Amino acid sequence: MAFDPLRRALLTGLAGAGLLALAPRQSPAATGLAVREIADGVFVFQGVSEMATPKNHGAVANLGFVVGREAVAAIDSGGSLVEGLALLAAIRATTDRPVRFLVATHMHPDHIFGNAAFRDAGATIVGHRNLPRALAARGDHYLKSYRRQLGEELMKGIEIVLPSMLVEDRLEIDLGGRVLELRAWEAAHTDNDVTIYDVSSKVLFAGDLVFLGHVPTLDGSLLGWMRQIPQLAAIPARAVVAGHGEAPADWPAALDPQLRYFGVLAGDLRQAIAAGTPLAKAVKTAGRAERDAWKLFDEYNERNATAAYAELEWE
Amino acid sequence: MVEAGKVDMARSKPLLIDGDIEMQLPTPASRRRLRWPTAASAILLSLAAVAGLPGMAAAQQTMASSDKIWAGLRGDVFGDRNILADTGLVRLEAPKRAQDAALVPVDIYLDPSRAPGGVKSVTLIIDANPAPVAATFQFGPDAGVTRLSTRVRVDDYSYIRAIAENADGELHMASTFIKASGGCSAPAVKNTAEALASMGKMKLRQFAPQSEGNMTKAQELQLMIRHPNNSGLQRDPLTQYFIPPHFVRTLSISQADRPILSMEGGISISEDPNFRFDFTAQGDGEIRVEAVDTDGQVFKDQWPLQAVGL
Repeated sequence: MAFDPLRRALLTGLAGAGLLALAPRQSPAATGLAVREIADGVFVFQGVSEMATPKNHGAVANLGFVVGREAVAAIDSGGSLVEGLALLAAIRATTDRPVRFLVATHMHPDHIFGNAAFRDAGATIVGHRNLPRALAARGDHYLKSYRRQLGEELMKGIEIVLPSMLVEDRLEIDLGGRVLELRAWEAAHTDNDVTIYDVSSKVLFAGDLVFLGHVPTLDGSLLGWMRQIPQLAAIPARAVVAGHGEAPADWPAALDPQLRYFGVLAGDLRQAIAAGTPLAKAVKTAGRAERDAWKLFDEYNERNATAAYAELEWE
Repeated sequence: MVEAGKVDMARSKPLLIDGDIEMQLPTPASRRRLRWPTAASAILLSLAAVAGLPGMAAAQQTMASSDKIWAGLRGDVFGDRNILADTGLVRLEAPKRAQDAALVPVDIYLDPSRAPGGVKSVTLIIDANPAPVAATFQFGPDAGVTRLSTRVRVDDYSYIRAIAENADGELHMASTFIKASGGCSAPAVKNTAEALASMGKMKLRQFAPQSEGNMTKAQELQLMIRHPNNSGLQRDPLTQYFIPPHFVRTLSISQADRPILSMEGGISISEDPNFRFDFTAQGDGEIRVEAVDTDGQVFKDQWPLQAVGL
């Protein structure tokens, strides 16, 4: 295999340990997320491929952190303050170097609801140039709608915390002998996607620009996403941490399943649009051939089809 | 670099915004009413104004609470006029659960046999939205519109209502309850850069008549307009001032110089407003569309009538 440290980490018995990481009645700061070291100084927490619930603490997305000689950068803060604090605790259990940065890969609650924990720990929050605008438009709605999904108890202390450092196009973060290359993408999964490439380990944190196992969700531009896949694939990574699903995974092979899904979805919709089939009807069947290939397909496919139909009918 | 900060969630919603679009700064909820020239232009009615509960934003709506909002709202929109429910003159279809909160398809059906003199207008209302009056559509006297589909934003669990006015001035209502979308879906613009870059661009599709038994020459049109149709119910993260709302305020569609369909709309209509409807063509006069947004920008386009399947 091309990337031995990753394989080793997976095979040393830690794989899967992250799934039951949070014990509900313990202090999150004391427990800490069960993270795995997938390469030297690169740690990952793998979220469960489920909808966010009180039981899973909203811990449905993959998170991570990278330790440099002088400082640490966290990648996404998780779907609740509880999860954010638990990630922070996991970092503290690993290193005493300061957590200088939190990079938000995009606007969705399962990636940013723990931001307050990192702000309070003194980290600079970094995000896409469009992230403040996107959160200004959605933050209020997220706090309201997730109350229904996560429950009052877990919503306690969750705030929409905006980035204080923006990635216009590319930005390098130096952790001391270790450089992270941040890149802001044009609209794809959302209109505020950022990837983080750790040059020394050749690990790419792709945020939700890559889904594995968990059906991709579309909240930006399907055409933009498809168009930028060759540029994504050109990143010389040896392994990728997807936003959801198995982490780490081979790169760029990890792009293949979602590319296939996008092709089926777009193909079905283009056919429906050409035939004059209205949106409400077309979204019931579009993409169905992919149903068995993905978790949470029934939860998200029709939404994806709705957004994609509205985009594709302008072609 | 911007200053670190958080979105202030304690803000109260703007009360009532009239046709001239006047944003209210945060203020305690009350039943205060600002200027509003006509009922039809009272597009942005706030939930707080109706319910009078400052903490409403945190509560999830139910059928009962949606009805309560409607009870407070109907007088503001229709005065003390009687509204007949479920007569069959108007029918409404929407998904039971919104998939994408920003793009919920809604189909309105009008039954010509129950409205011999025609239908003058349909008002589309989403009780629990910050701007419950999504749009008011007016039909030309011989337009022959019997179906109208559009897409709306749905913020919360809510009834959606279509209230049709027939030639005699009777109001007939159809309603359906819709569950809000779960998860990360929000009623916001997905690709702001794209929406602004191609703003005002229009696309018209013409479809053949659908049913063979239909004796009219009704054919179907789909009009699409690129526009962010922004809410304005959000603060600029830098200045903390409300971002001014920016949406398509009026739209008129004519064929052979006679009105087919016009709309006064608001922010509950989805980005890139989209309308699909049948109509009775007359002669071969062209189709003309004019739309005006809240910045006073006028967007116009025209297309020859296609002899699709006639």
